[in-house]
Amino acid sequence: MARVLVDVMLKPEILDPQGQAVQRALPRMGFDSVTNVRQGKRFELELADADPATLRATAEQMAEKLLANTVIEDFKVTVLPADAESA
Amino acid sequence: MSTGHVSDQPFDTTSVFEDTAAAFDTVAKAATTPEVKQPYRELGMTEDEYLRVREILGRRPSSSELAMYSVMWSEHCSYKSSRVHLKQFGEKAPKTAALLVGPGENAGVVDVGEGLAVTFKVESHNHPSYVEPYQGAATGVGGIVRDILTMGARPIAVMDPLRFGPADAPDTARVLPGVVAGVGGYGNCLGVPNIGGEIVFDPCYLGNPLVNALCVGVMRADEIKLAKAPGPGNQVILFGARTGGDGIGGASVLASATFDEDGPAKRPSVQVGDPFMEKVLIECCLEIFAADLVVGIQDLGAAGLTCSTTELAAAGTGGMDVRLDAAPLRDSTLTPEEVLMSESQERMMAVVEPAKVEAFLAVCEKWDVTATALGEVTDTGRLRMWWHGEVIVDVPPRTLAHEGPVYNRPFARPQWQDALQADVPTAARLRRPEGADELRETLLKLVGSPNLADKTWALEQYDHRVQGNTVLGHGEDSGMVRLDAALPGTSLGVALSTDGNGRFAKLDPYAGAQLALAEAYRNVAATGARPLAVTDCLNFGSPEDPDVMWQFAEACRGLADACLELGTPVTGGNVSFYNQTGEVNIHPTPVVGVLGVIDDVDRRTRGAFEREGEILLLLGDTRDEFGGSEWAHEVHGHLGGLPPRLDLHREKVLGEVLIAGSRDGMLSAAHDLSDGGLAQAVVESCLRGGHGARLVLPETDADGNALDPFVALFSESAGRAVVAVPRSEELRFTDMCVARGLPVARVGVVDGTVLSGEAVLSGEAVLEVQGQFTVPLTELRAAHEGPFRKLFGHSVVDA
Repeated sequence: MARVLVDVMLKPEILDPQGQAVQRALPRMGFDSVTNVRQGKRFELELADADPATLRATAEQMAEKLLANTVIEDFKVTVLPADAESA
Repeated sequence: MSTGHVSDQPFDTTSVFEDTAAAFDTVAKAATTPEVKQPYRELGMTEDEYLRVREILGRRPSSSELAMYSVMWSEHCSYKSSRVHLKQFGEKAPKTAALLVGPGENAGVVDVGEGLAVTFKVESHNHPSYVEPYQGAATGVGGIVRDILTMGARPIAVMDPLRFGPADAPDTARVLPGVVAGVGGYGNCLGVPNIGGEIVFDPCYLGNPLVNALCVGVMRADEIKLAKAPGPGNQVILFGARTGGDGIGGASVLASATFDEDGPAKRPSVQVGDPFMEKVLIECCLEIFAADLVVGIQDLGAAGLTCSTTELAAAGTGGMDVRLDAAPLRDSTLTPEEVLMSESQERMMAVVEPAKVEAFLAVCEKWDVTATALGEVTDTGRLRMWWHGEVIVDVPPRTLAHEGPVYNRPFARPQWQDALQADVPTAARLRRPEGADELRETLLKLVGSPNLADKTWALEQYDHRVQGNTVLGHGEDSGMVRLDAALPGTSLGVALSTDGNGRFAKLDPYAGAQLALAEAYRNVAATGARPLAVTDCLNFGSPEDPDVMWQFAEACRGLADACLELGTPVTGGNVSFYNQTGEVNIHPTPVVGVLGVIDDVDRRTRGAFEREGEILLLLGDTRDEFGGSEWAHEVHGHLGGLPPRLDLHREKVLGEVLIAGSRDGMLSAAHDLSDGGLAQAVVESCLRGGHGARLVLPETDADGNALDPFVALFSESAGRAVVAVPRSEELRFTDMCVARGLPVARVGVVDGTVLSGEAVLSGEAVLEVQGQFTVPLTELRAAHEGPFRKLFGHSVVDA
């Protein structure tokens, strides 16, 4: 069993309405120090019988094709050590 | 495509201005360094245009000024290729007292009575929707809604005429679901009902979908707002969303240059819409209007701050001073050129008298809308901008907004046009179905073809009932809304229809544009509303191609002539050029929206056959006309010959009869005949009402020749409609038709019962074409409603 994390964020220059909504809400709750919020999403994938040599490339293909909209989003693939708990 | 990575670093600003970005370019520097090479070509300007800027300014432009001229003189903003042809819409405009504001403002305004005015316009968002379908379509809706809001009106409905490549093409499976979700996502969040539109497929749109968006709004006639900045000393206030790096260069580069698929370097950052911000902005603006706090207002669309400041200044006292660095930024690394060109959504600019600034800002504060005074109106005749204390822009605003280049682009009738028109789809050229079985098969094939199949899967993603004033929505000939938003309790309503047939326009652009208008006009009249005014979205290929320019010139001439004859002026619209993939231009596609008014929405006519025993009448003449027809396209992949003949006088008479029939309560149902002919219209009306029909096809055509059942069922002759009338009204209605010289023929009855065969036993409703064939409604429904859901229903869209 291999574990892979894919973090997907809107590209820095792209408007993030959700992040902005959170950013506006936090000071109202007393968190005055917040100056910027960007919201993204994380996929935790478990792959059976995955070849460790091609694991990263496979995950990147999944991200390209489905997990991220690469026109407006960036992604980062992290391959976890075989025995690690998903973070 | 890069594999990308998540970065915590701010936006890495790389732009064509990099070489001058050491500090930033100013007017003073520009005056002393005439020799600096400037990237005008990269910004889409020709050398002549660049030299003209130098001539106007008497020096080289600063890089900010260059950015401004490049976007304002782009095809998208300046209409430099189309202007000479668009003039006709003003010159040939029919005289009508209803027109309160004509072309040139953000949208046209018409008087609909009871002290109310309605504003409406259609625009394109084609290229952005190909790059990023969801956001492209969403921001298309957002942009047109702000145009309507800017006129002082509350947006009350939107419509979306859409065109895609073949329904089964892999890229259509990417683009269509994204566009549909984007239209729905934005409009639904905004709380504006979507009451109609079209979804059309043709291979010519494969690499270049057409995403047009129409919005209509209502206000009291004395509350119209205009985009102008009069009165020196008045404050210029930017409000709404912050400015970011959205769509920089989009106006000039993306919308105006050939779309090159393998050129990601040119791809600008995508604009992302925020409908909740826009909703707040709508309510904020309407409160500001109600308190009479602005003297001029403009939304920020293509070319952002550049366009709003120059257009406001040019239409007002003539000058404006702006502190550009006061604009609230989402990204502090933006250069002044980028701030000027940014197309960040959900922004507005208002001109406010000094005494009212405080009240204005208080309303913005209430709605949690960021508002910043950027500068003031002057009478210097110059638009000047400062960036950190230095003058970076000093230009005469009219030279940007109104005195851009005008091109008389060469145009010529294409050499292939004659051959195309000579390829008439006669019975000898294209094999026609013979006998009852083949006719039945053809009917089932056509009603399930991508263009004629039921589009409920897409349309049910749009909220068409929100606001509670929709009286006719999708599936009707026109959308119709009550004007309750501006006058509570009123029965007054407006009907809207958009139509366009690229195949007809390809065969004959003059007639094609007129047919689009005639169909929309007919659709509005079919619901009982009186057609009043027109908006158009002219989607064409490259204006640098003389063939395309001829198509454009012919379409404009045709549309202007027809508007004059029908008495419905063009109030505004939009031109979209460079719709092509590689060297291949799309079919010329003028999309025409017609707005009509109905005094009492309770008298509207629906399309469904709802009462058994009622008489079906066919209005108008049927001829053997299959050029550009759905049958030739779907069955034979053929496009040739001439489009159906058009008689504008006949369209007008048909419209009068349909309106009178509605007003006097003679009609139970009416449905216009267009794509797919009589067969398609009757199938739609049967399925909507859940009742069958027995058709008795007319045996002779308009000229007394024998009429083949195939022609009677599938011909797309213009100027026709099918109506259902109660038996008690049949004589009165046919007398009215005869008195007005409108051909009328009895073609059947609404009737579910079959006289023979198996269906009788099951009691199933059927469509029977007498002497030919019988189809149970369940079979028709499966054929009509199944395909579209099957094609797209499984798609998953990432918003």
